[in-house]
Amino acid sequence: MRSVRRFVTRLVNSAARRAQDDRLREEIEEHLALQTAENLRAGLSPVEARRQAMLKFGGVEATKQDYRAERRLLVIENLVQDVRLGLRMLRKSPGFTAVVVVTLALAVGANAVVFGVMDALILRPLNVPEAESLWGTQYGVHTGFQSYPNYLDLRDRNHSFEDLAAFRFAFVGLDTGEDPSLASGYATTGNYFDVLKTQPHLGRFFHRSDERGPNSAPYVVLSHAFWHSRFQGDRGVVGRTVRLNKHPFTIIGVAPPGFRGTLLFVSADFFMPIVNQEQVDGENLLDARGNIEGGVFEALGHLRPGVTPAHAVADLDSVGAYLAKTYPREFSQKSAPLGRPGLTSFDGAARAFLTGLMLLAGLILLAACANLGSLFAARAADRSREVALRLALGSSRTRILQQLLTEAVLISLVGGTVGLLGSIVLLGQLSLWQPFPRAPIHLPVSPDAKTYVVALVLAVVSGLLFGIVPVRQVLRANPYEVVKAGSSARIGRRMTVRDALLVVQIAICAVLVTSSLVAVRGLLRSLHGNLGFEPRRAMLVKTDLVMAGYRTDQVLPTQKRMVAAMETIPGVERVGLVNLYPPLVYGAGFRANIFKDETADLRLSNSAAAPYRYDVSPGYFSAAGTAVLAGRTFSAHDDAHAPAVAVINRALAGKMFGSVAGAVGRRYRLQDGTRVQVVGVVEDGKYQKLTEDRPPAMFLSSLRSPSPESWLVVRSTRDRQELTAAIRGRLRELDAALPATIDTWSDLLEVVLFPSRVATVSLGVLGMMGAILSITGIFGMAAYSVSKRMRELGIRLALGAGRKELLQAALGRAVRLLALGSAAGLLLGVLASRVLAFIVYQATPRDPVVLAGVVVAMSLLGLLATWIPAQRALSIDPAILMRDE
Amino acid sequence: MKQRTAVPQGTLALMVLKTLDVLGTQHGYGIARRIEQISGDLLAVNQGTLYPVLLKLEQEGAIASDWGASENNRRARFYRLTREGRKQLEAETRDWEHTAAIIGRFFEAKAEDLP
Repeated sequence: MRSVRRFVTRLVNSAARRAQDDRLREEIEEHLALQTAENLRAGLSPVEARRQAMLKFGGVEATKQDYRAERRLLVIENLVQDVRLGLRMLRKSPGFTAVVVVTLALAVGANAVVFGVMDALILRPLNVPEAESLWGTQYGVHTGFQSYPNYLDLRDRNHSFEDLAAFRFAFVGLDTGEDPSLASGYATTGNYFDVLKTQPHLGRFFHRSDERGPNSAPYVVLSHAFWHSRFQGDRGVVGRTVRLNKHPFTIIGVAPPGFRGTLLFVSADFFMPIVNQEQVDGENLLDARGNIEGGVFEALGHLRPGVTPAHAVADLDSVGAYLAKTYPREFSQKSAPLGRPGLTSFDGAARAFLTGLMLLAGLILLAACANLGSLFAARAADRSREVALRLALGSSRTRILQQLLTEAVLISLVGGTVGLLGSIVLLGQLSLWQPFPRAPIHLPVSPDAKTYVVALVLAVVSGLLFGIVPVRQVLRANPYEVVKAGSSARIGRRMTVRDALLVVQIAICAVLVTSSLVAVRGLLRSLHGNLGFEPRRAMLVKTDLVMAGYRTDQVLPTQKRMVAAMETIPGVERVGLVNLYPPLVYGAGFRANIFKDETADLRLSNSAAAPYRYDVSPGYFSAAGTAVLAGRTFSAHDDAHAPAVAVINRALAGKMFGSVAGAVGRRYRLQDGTRVQVVGVVEDGKYQKLTEDRPPAMFLSSLRSPSPESWLVVRSTRDRQELTAAIRGRLRELDAALPATIDTWSDLLEVVLFPSRVATVSLGVLGMMGAILSITGIFGMAAYSVSKRMRELGIRLALGAGRKELLQAALGRAVRLLALGSAAGLLLGVLASRVLAFIVYQATPRDPVVLAGVVVAMSLLGLLATWIPAQRALSIDPAILMRDE
Repeated sequence: MKQRTAVPQGTLALMVLKTLDVLGTQHGYGIARRIEQISGDLLAVNQGTLYPVLLKLEQEGAIASDWGASENNRRARFYRLTREGRKQLEAETRDWEHTAAIIGRFFEAKAEDLP
């Protein structure tokens, strides 16, 4: 109890910091006076009496210090003192403080943002119970796609999963009775919610027992967010009937708040049973075992206790082997790993990209640390005199180190906080960002405590790291020598730690500048490269006749009417139609296996090629701007009653028939055995992504195989707004209830360009940061060396040195270090850019423009950074300077 | 800090308390004199060490202090025992006597006394 009381008093005293030393001084005075009086009475002389009294009392200063130590808490006292002194020192040199804070804010901010995104996409599991044992199987074509019958076999024949659920997307027109609008959701297997072990927020979920054959479960479960936005959180919504693509479904429940489906990017508005898929898609996509890419998007489930992912893969492979043996025409067996649900097939790419980004952000941090290290080292050198004086006056080295570290941590906390605040704003913007206006895609980032902790730890660790740099100097300092030598420290000729740090930093920055230039250049090239069609001045009109309630046999006549209607718009040159998706739209592309004409056994292992397949109308090629190299394109006669014909691209012609000229007139077989004759060859292009290298493609006549989901390609030189209005008008004349989306092809390319654009923007930003860091680094070094050598430069000037010699003496070292660092960085950057080639199309560093760009950029940076120091060196007046010292 | 104290801090604190108990209100010099008189050379040097001890005792609440006039009519700080200090003194005296008795018996004990 006593010690507690004592502690509290001391704490209060420390905080209040009252100058109570007066009391002690007075007491000591009185004590000595009384003792002196006593000694006088004993017969000593006044001087001797006083001296004896003081001897008897002992060390006054020591007593004072003990007294002070007793009165307050010394540790806190010192800390407060250090912080005050640190703040004062930082205020005294605003330039230094600003450079350090900016440098750190950039580095910590960049790392916090990248970490925030990484945390959201990779580190944080899905918001479902027991997420750690939840796995998705990428069985099938390595992306998670399955056909529904295959999924059923996998579900029933595996021994590894507790149960296996599956889902596909459902994009529907949702009609609540007032305003019909588009909604996106999942069509899931009945056991979906049971497999995920979630409980409804309201009402109930559907279960496996609800599945009683096709279209037997017209139920829909709303997501919590959709329930709020579309139904205003009305609790009476359960039991209501809504129409999905004109078919009545009953709302049976609402999912819990955090549950947005099992994909991170795409949040579902609703969930419906997959057995009712035919109603919303207009055709049955579940029954065909060979319909791999049109069936299930992903199958997922919890592993049984004790089953490792490796066991599960082996187990699924054995099921796959059975399927490949039983259904050789529809199924070819490949082993496939398990994946964490959430990102599915994007997982690898996202992981690689974010890891790369994290690495680059780490480089930024490293460069910043090197920068700060050299800044602090320079500062410590400047302060060596002050430190020496303090040492000479009896301050302990520990106290001085403590003070230097306090200062470093202080400034790193300020810089870290600024960086963190910036990153919170950025991450907030990111989470609101919808990259594609028409797709329900968003980044689920929300900075949490983990991000803050990471940022602050980074800041403090880097603070301590560069705070350590001057420590060696302090420990080595011999106060006598330093004070004697004065402030004009020797300029060493050998490479110092500071120089090495600067070279490292510049090299890192040059790497960043190189990679960002490579990325920008790659993006520009992919924008202007040949895509195999001309996206400019082409409108894409998407319609889905199923949503409007058309029957399958009405599809073809309606589409013909649509094409004809578009052609009557003034200023429209050509109109074409393509089923499902046009090339490079939403990254969708469907491949089909083809066989040589002479192949009799059409099992998958015998396939000759797997080109992209497009079903297009007669006018498509001229509307899309695809050049025909040989033969003809489709005509209105290439319909179901005529023999099957195909147009193939140059790559497929080369692969199947050896040459373009030799391909026309030849035949090959489709998966279903149909023999098709090649009637024309068109130029190569890009179909699914920009990084593809001349993939094979074939075009079949859409008149033979109509699909209710199609895109019109309308080529016109007319103004975009006018044209959009005219297209809408024509469609309304045809059918007022037909939903359609109208975009330019260029706009839709954004989606495909998205990865390289994100890569370019992030690399560009990091490159900018690198540039800023190298400016601050070189500036710090040059300014320091000029200020250190003012006297020497003055003497040189007085002895008749010209401007050139002066600049050489003042900045030669900085420029040499810059050149060395840039060269090393350029070399490393060229090596690193190989990695970039995976994301950015045609990212080649062996590009004279890039190389020259880096050299020019680094020279400009050097010029910029040394400008002020150079001016200062040139404005030296030897007369003033000499008198000064 | 401790090595500069010639006597163990606890001992000095106990002496201060006992002095104030016997003499009543007293200033620092008076306490020092008294301890010096009784203990001989123990506090002959380093009288200054007394003041941190006084402060410690005051912060613990065992003693209290006020300004007053000294014999030669100067301002001096006078210390007195509080109720809590008196209790502390009693407790520590008991402890001390107890300890001293045990140690004393140890020193008096001879080999033949043991069974």
